[in-house]
Amino acid sequence: MIEKKVKIINNAGLHTRPAATIVKIAAKYKSDFYIYKDGLKINGKSIIGVMTLAAEKGSELTLVFDGEDEKEAAEEIVKYFEEGFGEL
Amino acid sequence: MKKPVTKNILSGIPAAPGIAIGKAYLYQKDKEYVEKEAIENTDAAVESLKEALEKSKKELKKIFGLAVDKMGDKRAGIFEAQMMILDDPVLIKNIVDRIQTEKLSPEYIVNDEISKYQKIMSESSEPYMKERSHDIEDIKNRIIRNLRKKKWVSRIESDVIVVTDVITPADTVLFTRVNVKGYVTNFGGLTSHAAIVARSLNIPAVVGVHDATENIKNGDILILDGIHGKVIINPDEDQLAEYKKRIEKLNELDTQLAKLKNEPAVTIDGKKILLQSNLDLIEELDFVVEHGSEGIGLVRTEQIFDVTNSFPDEEEQYEMYSKIAQKLYPEFVVFRTFDIGGDKYLPVDIKEPNPFLGWRGIRFLLDNINLLKTQLRAMLRASAFKNVKIMLPMISSIEEVRKTKEILDECKTGLEREGKQFDQNIELGIMIEVPSAAVLSKEFSDEVDFFSIGTNDLIQYILAVDRGNENVSEQYQEFHPAVVKALDYIIKEGKKGNISVSICGEMAADLLAVPLLIGLGLDALSVSASTLPRIKKTIRSIKFEDAKRLANQCLSLKTEKEIKEKVYAFYKTHFTDEIENLLEE
Repeated sequence: MIEKKVKIINNAGLHTRPAATIVKIAAKYKSDFYIYKDGLKINGKSIIGVMTLAAEKGSELTLVFDGEDEKEAAEEIVKYFEEGFGEL
Repeated sequence: MKKPVTKNILSGIPAAPGIAIGKAYLYQKDKEYVEKEAIENTDAAVESLKEALEKSKKELKKIFGLAVDKMGDKRAGIFEAQMMILDDPVLIKNIVDRIQTEKLSPEYIVNDEISKYQKIMSESSEPYMKERSHDIEDIKNRIIRNLRKKKWVSRIESDVIVVTDVITPADTVLFTRVNVKGYVTNFGGLTSHAAIVARSLNIPAVVGVHDATENIKNGDILILDGIHGKVIINPDEDQLAEYKKRIEKLNELDTQLAKLKNEPAVTIDGKKILLQSNLDLIEELDFVVEHGSEGIGLVRTEQIFDVTNSFPDEEEQYEMYSKIAQKLYPEFVVFRTFDIGGDKYLPVDIKEPNPFLGWRGIRFLLDNINLLKTQLRAMLRASAFKNVKIMLPMISSIEEVRKTKEILDECKTGLEREGKQFDQNIELGIMIEVPSAAVLSKEFSDEVDFFSIGTNDLIQYILAVDRGNENVSEQYQEFHPAVVKALDYIIKEGKKGNISVSICGEMAADLLAVPLLIGLGLDALSVSASTLPRIKKTIRSIKFEDAKRLANQCLSLKTEKEIKEKVYAFYKTHFTDEIENLLEE
C-alpha cells in the first residue's frame, strides 16, 4: 500500500475535466485507489465519487494505492497533481 | 340529433379528421415522482437498467459529437463526465447489487443512489458544487427516462385513444409500434408535430384541449371527433348511436373518394394541378400510392428516420431513399434535407431561448458538413432513375444556397470517381419559409430550380406569431393579407424566373384555402396522403377562372376577417354536397 499527500495547485481546482482524467488514469491500473479529504473516503475509480470532492486551490488530499501495480499508478497520478493538471 | 349533455364534452382543435371510439389511455410521462415499486424478476430489471444505460450513452455520444464545437470546453467536459458516469464501475455495481437484494424497481434505486451523491454536492459550501449537482440531475433523469420509456411501451394496450399533455417525435415513434386509435392532447395546434403525424397516419386527433388529462381517466370510453374537435367522455347510448352512424357515413364517403383515385386533379375548366403527398413516415408509403398521389412533394427526412437517437449512415439513407423513389417511379420525389431544430427536436441538448430563430434547418447542416454530405450523397445515389429532387429547408440567404451547391458538386465529383450512378442534372430547390427568402424570391429564382412554400413557418415568421403558443394562436392567421400578398409575390416571381412553385404547408390541406391558392397561380400542392382525396375533389369542383377572380378580390382586401369571409362565401356557393355537410355539421 502506498500513501501520498498531494496539494491542489492550479487556479481552477479539481474541476470536472481533471476529475475525469484522474479516473481515466486510475482505470488503467489494477490497484485500488482511494482519495481521502476532510474525513471523506472516495473511490478514485468512480467519476461520480470524485465529482463530490470540492477541492479548491491550496487544499490537501491523501491518495492511497493498493495492489500489484500500485507503484506505477501512484507515480502517474501524483505526477498529474504535481503538474497542476496541466493548467499551470 | 338530440342536444347532448354538454358536461361530458371537451373541445379542442380538430387536427386530423376521422372519428374513433375507444378506451382512454393516459400517458403521463413527466410525472416527477419515482415510485418505490417492488419487483419480482430482478434479472429482467438489471437487463432493463443495462439497456437504459446503453441508450443514454448513445444519446450522449450524439450530443457530444454534434455539439462539441458549439459548447465550449467547459460544457464539453461535463458531457464527457456524464458519459463516464454511465460507465462508473462503483456506481453501477452499487445499483445492480441493490436491485438484486432490495428487489425494488430500477428507477427507484437509480434515483436513490445518484441522489446521495447530489446531496453531498449540494451540501458543499462551494457554489460550483451546486451547479455540478444539476449536471448530475441531468444524467439521472436521462437514465430514468430511458428506463420508463421501455415500461410505457410494454404497458400501452393496443386500440386505445392516447390522452396526454403533448406528443414529441420520440413519443410518436413509440406509438406507431402499437395500434393507437386516436390522440387527444392538452397542448399544440394544427401544425404541431402530433397533428401532422396523426394526419399522416390517418388517425383522428384533437389537440389543444387544455384540460384533457384532468377530465379524462384511464379506461374511460371516449368518442373522438377529429372533424369538429370534440371529445366525448363516457358517452350515453344516444351519443354512441349517433357517432356510429357518422363513422358509417365517413366510410361511405371514403369509398366514394377512393373512386377518384385515377382521375386527374383538374378544374372544371381544364387547369391541371399537380397534386402530391408529403411523406412523414415510411408506413405512409402504400397509402400515398393508394390515394393516387402524383409523386411526393416533400419527404421530411428528419421524420422518416428517428433522428432523436442517431443519424443514419449513407447506406441506410440510400436504401430508404431508393425504396421511396422506386415505389413512386416515374413520378418525382422531393427529398428535403434534415430540418432539425425549431419545434423538431434537436438531437442535441442545447437549450436555445428562441429555437425557431435559432440553429435549425440549413444552418445546422452547414455547421455539420459531414452530416450534410452524407445525406446529399445518399440522395444523389437514389436519383439514378432521374425521378429525385433535392430541397433545402430554412434558407434565408443566397450564400446558403451557393455554399450548399458547392458541397453538392463535391459530392457529385466524388460519386463519379467511385463510378456510382446518379442524375447529373438533379434539380435543387428551396423551401420558401423565411421572410427574407420570400422578399428575395426574384433573386432566388436565378439560383435554384424550384420553390416550395412552407406555409407553417412562413406564416409564423411573417406574423411574428409562435404557432405553438396558445396565448397568440389566434393571431396565427393563414388568411392574413400579408400572407396572401407574400404568396402572390413568391408565385409571380417564381413564374417570371421560369421555375416551378408548389406549396407543402398545412394551408394546402385546408379545403377553404385551396381555391385561393389555385387562383393565386400555384401549379402544385403537396398535402398529407390522408387529405389528398378531399383536396382532389375540391379542385375538381371549381373553375380556375372563378378561383382567379377570388384571388384577385382577396388581394385587394385589407383585413383577415374580410378575406376569410370571402373565401368562406366562395366555399359555401361551390360545395353543397354530402362531404361538406358532414364536415360542417
